[in-house]
Amino acid sequence: MTMPFYVSPEQVMKDRADYARKGIARGRSLVAASYADGVLLCAENPSSRLRKISEIYDRIAFAGVGKYSEFDQLRIFGIRAADLKGYAYSREDVDARSLANNYAQTLNQIFTHEMKPMEVEILVAEVGDAPAEDRLFHLLYDGTVIDESRFTVLGGEAEAIAERLQTSYGDGLAQHDALRVCIQALAGPQRTLSAGEVEVAVLVRGNGRRAFRRLSGDALTGLLGA
Amino acid sequence: MAFPLFSPGDDPGPSFADLLRRTGGVPPAPVGQVPDVTHATTVVALRYADGVIMAGDRRATSGNLISHRSMEKVFAADRHSGVAIAGAAGPAVEMVGLFQLQLEHYEKVEGVELSLEGKANQLSLMVRNNLPAAMQGLVVVPVFAGYDLRRRTGRLFQYDVTGGRYEESDFATTGSGRLHAGTVVKLGYRAGIERGDALDLAISALFQAADEDSATGGPDLVRGIYPTMAAITAEGFERIEEAEVAQRFRSLVDHLSVPEGTASVGAAPTMPGGDAR
Repeated sequence: MTMPFYVSPEQVMKDRADYARKGIARGRSLVAASYADGVLLCAENPSSRLRKISEIYDRIAFAGVGKYSEFDQLRIFGIRAADLKGYAYSREDVDARSLANNYAQTLNQIFTHEMKPMEVEILVAEVGDAPAEDRLFHLLYDGTVIDESRFTVLGGEAEAIAERLQTSYGDGLAQHDALRVCIQALAGPQRTLSAGEVEVAVLVRGNGRRAFRRLSGDALTGLLGA
Repeated sequence: MAFPLFSPGDDPGPSFADLLRRTGGVPPAPVGQVPDVTHATTVVALRYADGVIMAGDRRATSGNLISHRSMEKVFAADRHSGVAIAGAAGPAVEMVGLFQLQLEHYEKVEGVELSLEGKANQLSLMVRNNLPAAMQGLVVVPVFAGYDLRRRTGRLFQYDVTGGRYEESDFATTGSGRLHAGTVVKLGYRAGIERGDALDLAISALFQAADEDSATGGPDLVRGIYPTMAAITAEGFERIEEAEVAQRFRSLVDHLSVPEGTASVGAAPTMPGGDAR
């Protein structure tokens, strides 16, 4: 019988983190930003069927980058938890913070206990009554939570995109300006992205119970041209 | 509250009702007869040129007493469909809440809406699941109506207590006043009826049902409470403004009123022959 080699816990964690980061870096990035009338989520996604962005609850949206099957599973967990909570208590009691905590617990649990960490980064976005109350919870593959209120970037090229966004983003942007800024940051100086290559959704402030709207087709092309 | 997790074989998929069952959120059916619960009564739905009109009176009764004067019985199920209920008020409102959640949950998980047929079947399943409670006296019988975006037409579904689902081509009624309301709609109905006439017909049906059935509430002119009405068209579910409902009721009442002093003993306002409004 052979004895397994000793591997230090530091090395195990580092290997797992490297593995997850490599998986995430293979996929395309996603940007979310708060603007005057809501929260904009914008992903580079050539598929119009396999979504990266979706609705979780009345004022909460979900977005994921990395391995599709894994973040899609997390998305369904979120919808279930939110609907169950809203049913048991009240619709007002469902909030992004508690959902983000749930995600953090789950991701952390999988990162430390499973053979393979999840190769995903996810975002839980909530629109508030005013831009200052918008919440963007950015979660990493190991359960780390980053709480942002203006904008956040997920995915492999996050740092470069965030740098571009830092210079072009301003508070209180109109919807089409926010969209332009986000798409330019995603594309970078070398290329342009057309309506067919991006997936865009908004959480609209004060627009009835369900704030989530997808922007696609002609509406999106029109906004990109404006 | 941690995420509910399931093994692949046990996963509830896009069904909220299954999810609730798996997480133990469904109360057991009552044992023995439940005495004198609050009951909701008459609702009417009819097809018209642009879609479907739904209307329901506002009275809830328990035994011979009026327990609520302003109950809502017509609800939006989602953007393009509505559900109206009659029967034991508690379980009925609970069923509507669960049904709305079921449709929204499916839409969010799957990324697409259920077909209208699929929605009607879901409701059928819920009524069927209520059968043990119905045997104890907690009967719930809904009417489901919606605009079918694929077929571009309004559609109506009637149910029975066992979950039987029957698609109706013209109109559907349920509740204690359904016979009277149904007769009025039947006499005044014609294919392709316009919005205004359809609203007046539904109003007339509820008025006559209230006239004959003590559990159905008429327009409450003293408190300003009128039946709830909604139209479902290609644009979606839209509640009819209370001012419009009130105005239509007033003109019906004016039309039916007998001049003071001329009413003979026991005379009741009747429907003008052939001209149902």
